[in-house]
Amino acid sequence: MTSVTKALPDLIPDAELTLPPQAERKLPTGLTVIAIRRAAVPLVEVRLRIPFGRAPLAPATLLSQALFTGTGTMSMLDIAAELQAVGGGLAAGLDPDRLQISGNALAGGLGRTLEILAAVLTDAAYPGEEVVTERERLVDHIQVALSQPSHLARVALLKRMYGSHPYAVQTPEPDEVRAVEPEALRRLHADRVRPDGATLVLVGDIDPEQAIDLAEKMLGGWTGAAGDGVVPPTPALRPGPLLLVDRPGSVQSSLRIALPALTRTDPDYAALTLANMVFGGYFSSRWVENIREDKGYTYGSHSVIEHFVAGSALLAAADVATEVTGPSLLETTYELGRIASLPPGEEELEQARRYALGTLRLGMSTQAGLAGLASVYAGFGLRLDYLREHSAALAAATAEQVAAAAARYLAPSRGVTVVLGDAEKVEPQLAALTAVERSAQ
Amino acid sequence: MASRIQIPATKYPVERFTLANGLRVVLSPDRSAPVVGVAVVYDVGIRSEPEGRTGFAHLFEHLMFQGSANLEKLAHFRHVQGAGGSFNGSTHLDYTDYFEVLPSGALERALFLEADRMRGPRLTEENLRNQVDVVKEEIRVNVLNRPYGGFPWLRLPPVMFRTFPNAHDGYGSFADLESATVEDAQGFFDRYYACGNAVLSVAGDFDVAEATALIERHFGDVPARPAPVLPDFAEPDLDGERRESYTDRIAPLPAVAAGYRVPDPIAAFDAYLPFAVLAEVLTDGDAARLVERLVQRDRSVTNIGGYLGFMGDEYQVRNPTALLLQAHMPPGGDAGKVLRTVDEELDRLVADGLKPGELERTQARMGARLLQGTDEVLGRALPMAVLELQRGRPQLLNELPKLISEVTAEQIVAAAATLRPERRAAVEVIPGAAA
Repeated sequence: MTSVTKALPDLIPDAELTLPPQAERKLPTGLTVIAIRRAAVPLVEVRLRIPFGRAPLAPATLLSQALFTGTGTMSMLDIAAELQAVGGGLAAGLDPDRLQISGNALAGGLGRTLEILAAVLTDAAYPGEEVVTERERLVDHIQVALSQPSHLARVALLKRMYGSHPYAVQTPEPDEVRAVEPEALRRLHADRVRPDGATLVLVGDIDPEQAIDLAEKMLGGWTGAAGDGVVPPTPALRPGPLLLVDRPGSVQSSLRIALPALTRTDPDYAALTLANMVFGGYFSSRWVENIREDKGYTYGSHSVIEHFVAGSALLAAADVATEVTGPSLLETTYELGRIASLPPGEEELEQARRYALGTLRLGMSTQAGLAGLASVYAGFGLRLDYLREHSAALAAATAEQVAAAAARYLAPSRGVTVVLGDAEKVEPQLAALTAVERSAQ
Repeated sequence: MASRIQIPATKYPVERFTLANGLRVVLSPDRSAPVVGVAVVYDVGIRSEPEGRTGFAHLFEHLMFQGSANLEKLAHFRHVQGAGGSFNGSTHLDYTDYFEVLPSGALERALFLEADRMRGPRLTEENLRNQVDVVKEEIRVNVLNRPYGGFPWLRLPPVMFRTFPNAHDGYGSFADLESATVEDAQGFFDRYYACGNAVLSVAGDFDVAEATALIERHFGDVPARPAPVLPDFAEPDLDGERRESYTDRIAPLPAVAAGYRVPDPIAAFDAYLPFAVLAEVLTDGDAARLVERLVQRDRSVTNIGGYLGFMGDEYQVRNPTALLLQAHMPPGGDAGKVLRTVDEELDRLVADGLKPGELERTQARMGARLLQGTDEVLGRALPMAVLELQRGRPQLLNELPKLISEVTAEQIVAAAATLRPERRAAVEVIPGAAA
């Protein structure tokens, strides 16, 4: 190694955060259209969010999979080919709050893309043959998901967190899916795939006002009021014994912890965001430096604040070697206890703050990133100017505020823990540290 | 059918130069967002690791983050993230990349960090043992503890190829990883991590003259070391169909992957490119040939994908490589039948040619995906670095949409005609956890 000694260069401070040109209009049908110009590449990103809370799970999941299987005048093949012809593609997905349609197209193909989208929204046919195919595929996908440790751990954690709340189960059982007939999809579509309360976000090489005019023209015929989808607030977490889910033969244990959190608009949210960063929210966090870079127990650990419409939660996840499952829990509890009881150091807080501010800028530097942010925010009644407000709050949060948020929300005593792994091998390790309850299969 | 849509090309500027020590540099300025992407790519990958040292190129990638000439362990991560940026690295068959994306005011810091580890990583016994443990957990989480782990990228090469460089497990065996030494690491660094064997690329919000001066300042005094001679990894094509299967004890459903050799991606790029378009004609979306037939009509697979290169890096791979098809099947699925149907559909394509509009819409979608990729600064910095490294042509990234739009139906048919069962290697997953 050469002995050239060099000093770390200074950072040039960021310019003020500037938001891209945008426009918004609420159509008479109740659909809100937000259009944002970022013209770096001649493409347009499309995101449509339709409120879908409390929709029956199995039909809603199959609907999201079968939405593009045909209309009164177009087959599945026609829809796919016509979209492809303008460089476009659309796909639907479901979460506990909404049905989301996302995709993109060459900017010159926006009109055609919206026209096809409108046809699907107003005239989806759910043809029997195609629905059966999609139903079988969905069942197969669920079977595969049920063999994945990350999925199984999440299923167990959601149940443990939410009890009888609608968020407790987010994936239907294969048998429930098998029982869904095309007619149920048509009924659900008629009841819930409605513009009232929905938001369409368009981002790209577009003129915002003209893009909204185009959307109004193409989607003006999509009308109707939606059935009630209000989800009750999520219940408070009930701390209790660690829940151990057996997966015999696992060579790793999936460690998952849920902690309480705040919504994005809470005055303490920026402080909690920074506390989470310092604990486990990015690679240079205490948790990663401890269980990966010091001890080599895991490839990665991560904690994140997850927002749903009816409530937010802080989720921490690590997959660790079976033989060090107990030690990994010990170090995790130690790091949670440390952040909850001691204020963060000045340098590590500044580092976390700069990371949080920087990633906001990186996130809005592409069309797809902007579209994702604008669409997610819109789902919570927020707009892109939230980026500016949140940045200011992150810049202003003091070490005392961060410490207070950590004491309140990251204390290990407030969390619920689920471990999925080879129970035979890991139960004694875990039981040495905390009360353990085996999951009823 | 709508009139044919124009497929736009990007016009990102490209500046190239070489420092006195042999480091090649590619700059692509774009002031549209206040972010920069920095990539350093070394011309060494999985194919170059020595026998008995499977997984070493990837393990070494981890060691490059463990401190360097002027930096303690953990410092690299903290300095990138403390500047508001993100980082990563990845190991491929033919190269290893390291990259950051940051707010533009952090450009000099990123250059400093990359130059520092180009001078020399801190290769200590403690760091090595720690990262061997981390890599073992990476293999467990990505391969051993999940269904279809390593399928097909680790499973198909040993069926398709006969030589160690092309056929071995790029993640590595635990035995090889555990027996790696600091001396091995130092030797690997000395041999392959020479500045003459690397390309630095910067894309995004910067001034070319200022960035050039910063690059001179930070990389100019990295001692000159020439690139090693690039080996030839060529091996003969298959002379008969090869089929193997293995039981995945966690997988609930069967799956199959097949590979066919394609022309040299660099020496015969004109002949190679039609295969990239063919893979999309066969599998891109619900209107693609194999999706329509196998998923929708026959229901013999639940999904099917097709792409070039074992890691999906079609324009960043050297010879030999392959066109891959991979499919998951419903319970009781029959891999042999799926492959026979693929043969049938390829025969039909060769006999009847493409349908009106089929090629144009595939090209339009490929164009849109290329645009989306290049909208990210790293979507320019990384491929441009590799295109410079392997071809001396970073501007090829801008030219790809046009080149793809010029591929003809005749070329697609000719490419399809080469995908014969006797030139195919296939691997089948037997579900060990069938319900």
